[in-house]
Amino acid sequence: MFGTITTEMLLAVLPEIALLVLVAIVFIVDLILVEKQRGGLAWLTAAGLAITFFLTLFFARPGDSSELVWGGMLRHDWLAYIFKLLFLATAFLTALLTVGWECIWRKGEFYVLLLTSTLGMTLMAASADLIMLFLSIETTSIPLYIMAGFMTEDDKSTESGFKYLLFGAMTTAVMLYGLSLLYGFAGTTNLYEMATALNAAKVPGPVLVGTLLLILLGFGFKVALVPLHFWAPDVYEGAPTPVTAFLSTASKAAGFAVLARVMIAAFPSILADWQTIIAIAAGLSMTVGNAVALTQHNIKRLLAYSSIAHAGYALLGVAAASELGVVSVVYYFLVYAVTQMAAFAIVIIVWHKVGSDEIEDYAGLSRRSPMLAVAMLLAFLSLAGVPPLGGFIAKILVFAAAVEAGLVWLAVLGVLNAIVGLYYYLIVLKVIYLSEPKDERPVPVLRSHAAALITTIALVLVLGIVLAPWFSWAQASAAGLF
Amino acid sequence: MQIPNILSIIVFLPIVAGAVMLFIPPKNRDLIHRFALAVGLVCFLLSLVVYFSFDPNGARYQFLEKFDWLPALGISYYVGVDGITAPLVLLTGVVIFTGVIISQRIDDRPREFFSFLFILASGVFGVFVSLDLFALFFFYEIAVFPMYLLIALWGWKQTREYAAMKLTLYLFIGSVIALVGALAMYFASGLNTFDMIALEGANFSPEFQNLWFPFVFFGFAVLGGIFPFHNWSPDGHVAAPTAVSMFHAGVLMKLGAFAALRVGIMLMPIGAQTHLPWIILLTLVNVVYGALIAMVQTDFKYMIGFSSVSHMGLVAMGFATLNYNGYLGAGVQMFSHGVMTALFFAVVGMVYDQAHTREIPKLGGLVKYMPFVAVAFIIGGLTSMGMPGFSGFIAEFPIFMGLWNSHPWIAIVAAISVAVTAAYIMRAIGRVFFGEVPSELEGHMHDVKFSEKLALSVLCIFMVGIGLFPGIIVPLVNAGVNTVLSLLGGA
Repeated sequence: MFGTITTEMLLAVLPEIALLVLVAIVFIVDLILVEKQRGGLAWLTAAGLAITFFLTLFFARPGDSSELVWGGMLRHDWLAYIFKLLFLATAFLTALLTVGWECIWRKGEFYVLLLTSTLGMTLMAASADLIMLFLSIETTSIPLYIMAGFMTEDDKSTESGFKYLLFGAMTTAVMLYGLSLLYGFAGTTNLYEMATALNAAKVPGPVLVGTLLLILLGFGFKVALVPLHFWAPDVYEGAPTPVTAFLSTASKAAGFAVLARVMIAAFPSILADWQTIIAIAAGLSMTVGNAVALTQHNIKRLLAYSSIAHAGYALLGVAAASELGVVSVVYYFLVYAVTQMAAFAIVIIVWHKVGSDEIEDYAGLSRRSPMLAVAMLLAFLSLAGVPPLGGFIAKILVFAAAVEAGLVWLAVLGVLNAIVGLYYYLIVLKVIYLSEPKDERPVPVLRSHAAALITTIALVLVLGIVLAPWFSWAQASAAGLF
Repeated sequence: MQIPNILSIIVFLPIVAGAVMLFIPPKNRDLIHRFALAVGLVCFLLSLVVYFSFDPNGARYQFLEKFDWLPALGISYYVGVDGITAPLVLLTGVVIFTGVIISQRIDDRPREFFSFLFILASGVFGVFVSLDLFALFFFYEIAVFPMYLLIALWGWKQTREYAAMKLTLYLFIGSVIALVGALAMYFASGLNTFDMIALEGANFSPEFQNLWFPFVFFGFAVLGGIFPFHNWSPDGHVAAPTAVSMFHAGVLMKLGAFAALRVGIMLMPIGAQTHLPWIILLTLVNVVYGALIAMVQTDFKYMIGFSSVSHMGLVAMGFATLNYNGYLGAGVQMFSHGVMTALFFAVVGMVYDQAHTREIPKLGGLVKYMPFVAVAFIIGGLTSMGMPGFSGFIAEFPIFMGLWNSHPWIAIVAAISVAVTAAYIMRAIGRVFFGEVPSELEGHMHDVKFSEKLALSVLCIFMVGIGLFPGIIVPLVNAGVNTVLSLLGGA
């Protein structure tokens, strides 16, 4: 079916191959180890992911031109490459953060699910075919449903998993319907032949926009855009926090990779329409996400709503539908993923000591553990978009893309939203720095958590200060789409 | 090895010191205080070096240094000082040094306090020396943010949370609005660069300038305390701890005025000519209304806070005259008001620390206990009134001259503020330092420490020095102002 298998084709799926091997290894090791030793599984998974990350980084780098491989199922390009690295890195951090989390970290199946979901994401980022796209989205989602509900004795976790499953299944079905319509109109499943085929078939604009809306319903659910965001706060709150971290970073990024690719590759004929749709969704997500985040008392819910708002900011880049727009989306997700991971790392560290995710329980963190408070300060300020942290340049880029594309109103809405965001991030920081602690003892930090936190905080700073290399990565991935 | 550019050292020394400081064990308070003093002193000395080695007859920008930062978008790290910014760099050095001295009494988490203060200082230095629009924003927001924590954590308990949040939101809204304007400028120029010297030659169309000038100008002028967006400033000043009030009123407000000039007026001169004639009315409100409100305050610190609103109004008014004298005066006023208001807040802090009240009617006769402080405050007061022989005169006189040339009626109305200022300053001097000592204060007042006298002396030296020898600042500002005027005239 594929003809001869070339090295190029193998290298294009190097991360997937490595992940599969890792899944097998984790399975086998899980059988060999006795209960007490199984804590090593987290470290094994993390190590395997780190190796996969570096293998991918050095060997799976695409050339200057983008190529369709494996019979047109996948596209070997920079967008896929960068997002694959991003998924591997977030999965690595997630594995580190699971250490010490009761009911997860001694269970081999959890890590198998994590790796499988990561595998699905790497395929999502590279899919160039409707079939592949659907399969990879399902491969990503189904393990996530189970992971969200993994703490079976905990009602909230079970509710979270179930809710995620129901909403997910519903929207996926609608999306699948949209994809089937699209195939019906175009007569091809390949994304990169879609535009020409749709033109040739002379599909009326409104029909195509309708089909697009069905598909967007699925994508919008994955990235939690308003009005498809209702699941996110409950699922984020109920799921085990490491899973929440993974959901709100990797899964969201995967959704965006697909969104950007599909929109730009398949729908150039209705550009103006989808730009408007995306712009409205961006405005709504920013505004609703930030407004509701203002009233939250639980840090996980706060981060859930803030992540809805962040998806809105990133959408500005998609709405711009330009090279700079895609560059800004890619840069945004590099920054957002590490920042959000840093924030969740702290949430997890504090949870282990305090056993609560209420913001009031963070009172006086600066007196208990000054360095942890500084880390939280940096993570939250990066989310708020304050220099010299990554969030600043990420926000500037999306706003710049919007202004360049003539969407000045959206950029203005965006910057005003950034102020609202700043407000609630400051409230949390105020609790950390200003309120008196109920308990003066320092918060202990596990070695693996410290490793994850230090890595992410360092990256937040590096992404905010050294700009050129990451920008040229993002540029390469944007160039591959147009 | 190449010696790094002195401006880059000035910009990065404080933030690096601030980061290093976070690793000093918190119990080691003496080390923390000494380290902070050393950093403050070095900043001060370096800024003196920059100031006195700036050649007013030399190139427009001196001590230039440029590195590519993000070449794909034309972003570079590009620094240099001109005749307007060299005094501002010195001002920052002076205020950070004296501010650190005054803060030796901070005992709640001094490590974090100085760390945030130094991050703020880096941001301020960065804005003054940046010649790249992106870098300017980068440093601007670094300068604005730490204020929140400094006020909320170490400020006056009654209002600190409210004031800190109000200030932060006002300033951030201003800065992001200006940011959208800056992005619009970047794309409209078509030059693919954030280099402000290049953007000066971008020839934006008059429609573009008229549309965007107000956004950029007001976005920054919020921090300069322009009416009707001045409301955050007295609250912020009062709630802030002494060193932060000094820094805030002394330096940060200049940041707003300077950025409004650098990005607003200098990059969009046509827009400036369209809009400044009505903006001058707002600055008139600043000047007169600020002075009147200061007059009715009974709280010593609020009085100083509103006097800043009034004096900063003079800076903006100088800009709005659009003529040489106005700009020259505004340039000197930025420096003069900076040291003067830093001194005022330092004195208020010293009085409050001992008297535990800032209500002017409850104070009195302090000259008996702290004669040195009283003399310093009187020097500051005379500067504030614009007395000849003090820097205030060198600043305000040209502003009024310029104003007389461009808007005689406004000059007459604005002159009311001089009388009002004299009234409230004299009243404060009389009530706080002379007269009877209230019985509550007797016994527990004492003179200030030597180091604090040193800080006050440094500030006084500049006010008197410039007043007696205007030649140490006027040629520099003159050089800077001529460039601004050539941009305005060339439009």
